[in-house]
Amino acid sequence: MSEVNETSGATAEEPAGGGSGRRAPTVADFTTPQEVRWCPGCGDHAILSTMRGLLPALGVAPENTVIVSGIGCSSRLPYYLDTYGIHSIHGRAPSFATGISINRPDLSVWVVTGDGDALSIGGNHLIHALRRNVNLKILLFNNQIYGLTKGQFSPASKVGTVSPSSPHGSLDYPFNPVALALGAGATFVARTVDSDRRHLTATLTAAAAHQGAALVEIRQGCPTFSAIPRQPRGAAGAPSDTDNPASPDLGPIRLSPGLPIVFGGNEQWGVIRDPSTGELAIGNGGDSRVVVHDPGTPNSTYAYGLARLAETALAEPPIGVYRSVSQPSFDQLYQERLATARPGGRGDLRTLMTGADSWVVAG
Amino acid sequence: MPTEQLSERPDGVRRLENVVIRFAGDSGDGMQLTGDRFGAQAAAIGNDVATLPNYPAEIRAPTGTVAGVSSYQLHIADHDISTPGDQPDVLIAMNPAALKANVTELRPGGVIIVDTDTFTVLGLEKAGYEADPLTDGSLDAYQVHAINLTGFASAAVADHNLKRKDAARTKNMFALGLVSWMFSQPIEDTIEYLRKRFASKPDVQAANIAALRAGVIYGETTEAFANVYEVKPAALPPGTYRHLKGNKAVAYGLVAAAHQAGMPLFLGAYPITPASEILHELAILASNDVRSFQAEDEIAAIGAAIGGSFAGMLGVTVTSGPGMALKAEALGLAVIMELPLVIVNVQRGGPSTGLPTKTEQSDLLQALYGRHGEAPIPVIAVRSPADGFNAAMEAARIALAYRTPVILLSDAYIANGSEPWRVPEVAELPFIGIDLATEANAVDEAGNPVFHPYARDPATLARPLAIPGTPGLTHRIGGLEKADQTGAVSYDPDNHDLMIRTRQAKIDGIDVPPLEVDDPSGAPGSGADVLVIGWGSTWGPIGEACQTVRAAGMKVAQAHLRHISPLPANLASVLSEYHTVLVPEMNLGQLAGHLRRETLIDTVGYNQTRGMPFRSAELASVIIRVIQGITEEDTTGDNAAKVLGDVAARLAASTGAATAGTATSQDATPEAGR
Repeated sequence: MSEVNETSGATAEEPAGGGSGRRAPTVADFTTPQEVRWCPGCGDHAILSTMRGLLPALGVAPENTVIVSGIGCSSRLPYYLDTYGIHSIHGRAPSFATGISINRPDLSVWVVTGDGDALSIGGNHLIHALRRNVNLKILLFNNQIYGLTKGQFSPASKVGTVSPSSPHGSLDYPFNPVALALGAGATFVARTVDSDRRHLTATLTAAAAHQGAALVEIRQGCPTFSAIPRQPRGAAGAPSDTDNPASPDLGPIRLSPGLPIVFGGNEQWGVIRDPSTGELAIGNGGDSRVVVHDPGTPNSTYAYGLARLAETALAEPPIGVYRSVSQPSFDQLYQERLATARPGGRGDLRTLMTGADSWVVAG
Repeated sequence: MPTEQLSERPDGVRRLENVVIRFAGDSGDGMQLTGDRFGAQAAAIGNDVATLPNYPAEIRAPTGTVAGVSSYQLHIADHDISTPGDQPDVLIAMNPAALKANVTELRPGGVIIVDTDTFTVLGLEKAGYEADPLTDGSLDAYQVHAINLTGFASAAVADHNLKRKDAARTKNMFALGLVSWMFSQPIEDTIEYLRKRFASKPDVQAANIAALRAGVIYGETTEAFANVYEVKPAALPPGTYRHLKGNKAVAYGLVAAAHQAGMPLFLGAYPITPASEILHELAILASNDVRSFQAEDEIAAIGAAIGGSFAGMLGVTVTSGPGMALKAEALGLAVIMELPLVIVNVQRGGPSTGLPTKTEQSDLLQALYGRHGEAPIPVIAVRSPADGFNAAMEAARIALAYRTPVILLSDAYIANGSEPWRVPEVAELPFIGIDLATEANAVDEAGNPVFHPYARDPATLARPLAIPGTPGLTHRIGGLEKADQTGAVSYDPDNHDLMIRTRQAKIDGIDVPPLEVDDPSGAPGSGADVLVIGWGSTWGPIGEACQTVRAAGMKVAQAHLRHISPLPANLASVLSEYHTVLVPEMNLGQLAGHLRRETLIDTVGYNQTRGMPFRSAELASVIIRVIQGITEEDTTGDNAAKVLGDVAARLAASTGAATAGTATSQDATPEAGR
């Protein structure tokens, strides 16, 4: 979104320089000294904190890490991490990141974006980066609202969202980012929440380990322009309404590879597959048809059904890794093609220019 | 016959200084390939060659209609030429529509070769002929050779197991053989070409070669033509030469630039006519460390190129006008991030989809000013097909030395036209490499070494480039305003003003060679009264027009701009030495307006937007009228602009018919013998 809500008129801040030594990187090595300028209570603080803890653990030096963002609240993140970075233009971050990643396999390239940036103005770049399986880790901060431009509804907002640009409620059907990514052929798709540090860390770690495009939707609220309640409540604590699987008190289903998908205080609910139609539905936790979660299922129909479940039968969508399958990354194929094309190093320029159809004019 | 006839050899072969030949046929007739091969043959025997392919936007317009006609014009000469010629001397028309679309442009007395096989009732009807032009006397002013090209070609390939339709498709090679014989050109290079091209289809290969040979034999044995001609080799400087199209020259210039910079070349591109060919050329050059990436749209194409530049590649994107419009926001980002980038705009007729396969120079103001904010970008222009090589290298030099996006303007005429190119030795090429930052260049308040990405070289104002992977120099850049030196985000009013002025000063300070004037009658101020100044592809027609004017005993000066932003420092002083500055452009006066803004000198425009290059004879008559207008002005007070307005109106009226006839057809994937 456009930068209409940039407030400060102060002098230069957020220095761009920096660096680190040759020892194992630490949290401090990935931290820039400037003031973080998100609203108090914003989930972006938690994501930044998680990233600062996560990046040193990945074993990639700060100088070999590149973070590219678009425009929006989320896209300020690169300024706070002491790596190479581009705070680019609205919606286009995947294109810049693609140009970096495919040419430099030695780099770990991350894209930081939001629901407006990635799903609206930048929708085309997102789906094509996923389709190509470019080796990018794409963090989609989804607060279901345009924050930086002061609270308009976004393509992730629920129908009926009242906002400055939809005073009588929005009419648009929203995108489901996980379903969209699956439709685009993404090889790694996950959903997590900003309020659960452990889940967030585990999900981002899994994304970082994936070879190819990894899309992580990070659901969050917006403390300033919230269109949705702060969520989730998580699995801890006693639900007050366990008779209804769509109760918001249950918190989101947590997907764990190899485990049956059951939820509720006593695991009384489960995701079952209708054997005649193959469709997923909510049933009894003890049902023999309860699905065992397998993000490696080659066919993405299962993950897609899971992604859509919340729209009909749950208060919140499940969190965890929906899909993680192995497929050569575009980067790998591109580098292999280059290596094949020049087995003996760079071709001779004069030979190229002379070609096979030249002639000589004698002196 | 064609132009001036110099002499006749004892064997009856007549020598010509130059000749203009146009092959025309249906989209599926392979005219682009035929013309291309004829040009290559002429180039190989040492003629100077300039070509003008012409085809419509449709891949396959309705067969046999005027809208479906594709043509390829060649000018071959025994001396240095720079245009494809105004009027054909020889027209090869493969069907009635091709005849109808092109005959009005043929020189009176010129030669017409038609394929009678297509002059059927239906064929004539599709072309809109009410009577058969071969018999109704309408072609009496020309030398008409009506030959059943299809029939002879089919007969010649009867032994090669082709279906009847495929056999008939070799008629273009039969025609090429016949015209090659007529102009004493050896066909061996084309045979070799056909061997390679159809290596996987032996029957098609053999049939095309047989048809080509049959065309030559037909000419030799039937004595169909009274005369055989030859054009002697042109006196080119010694060296290795190659027949090169403009798009290929730009591609090679980019490859050479990356080589001379010691960087990999990275192209991000989205297909668009007439620029796609540069993408195609670069896509096959992975062996020369060229990386090409076909993006999902024009915006992603420049985005990837910018990302490549950030990562240490020579980032390039190629497009045409509509694509430039889409890239505008990303161009602004490249300006504020101060990254090297070359953007090639192969201009076509606009606005909107406009005339996608026709030429125009109407994106100049877009290149100069078409961005939000104060976003200066150097603009340089290609002046001829082979010049694309040097122009691309120059664009890359500026981009790297000054860490800036550079717009290189070509156009459809240059892109598809071709001419001989002297292949340079690698040692002749300039070294344009730059030093990447490897160490901190400042200290922070605590005395620790830090990297300031917006510190500047005092001579060029270029900032240091540190690419990812360089330890200790991690930094973030982006679209928000940068603080001077540190590159931190800054909303400070004084800093913003400073940075805007600094970015402008960097571009204004680019090292640009002075404008040179060509005037045999004397230096500026002591020679001609009229200076003709242009940019881009009008170089050839303006140059030939000036030669014509001088041959008629009048004085005229010519200057041509390579650098349009920044302009040469001596521009205003040069222009001020002339009574009248004439600016011919294929737009409504974009350079003229820019010159007025930059020099406060009024010029006289001569403008057309017909999708075709200027004819040199037309420009010569304009120049002559301007010169005469000045003379009249001395006595009657008339002024050059008014005279020129009259000339323009007269020319527009006289060329109206010819303009209507230029709608022809595309050989998007020409194949021999189709």
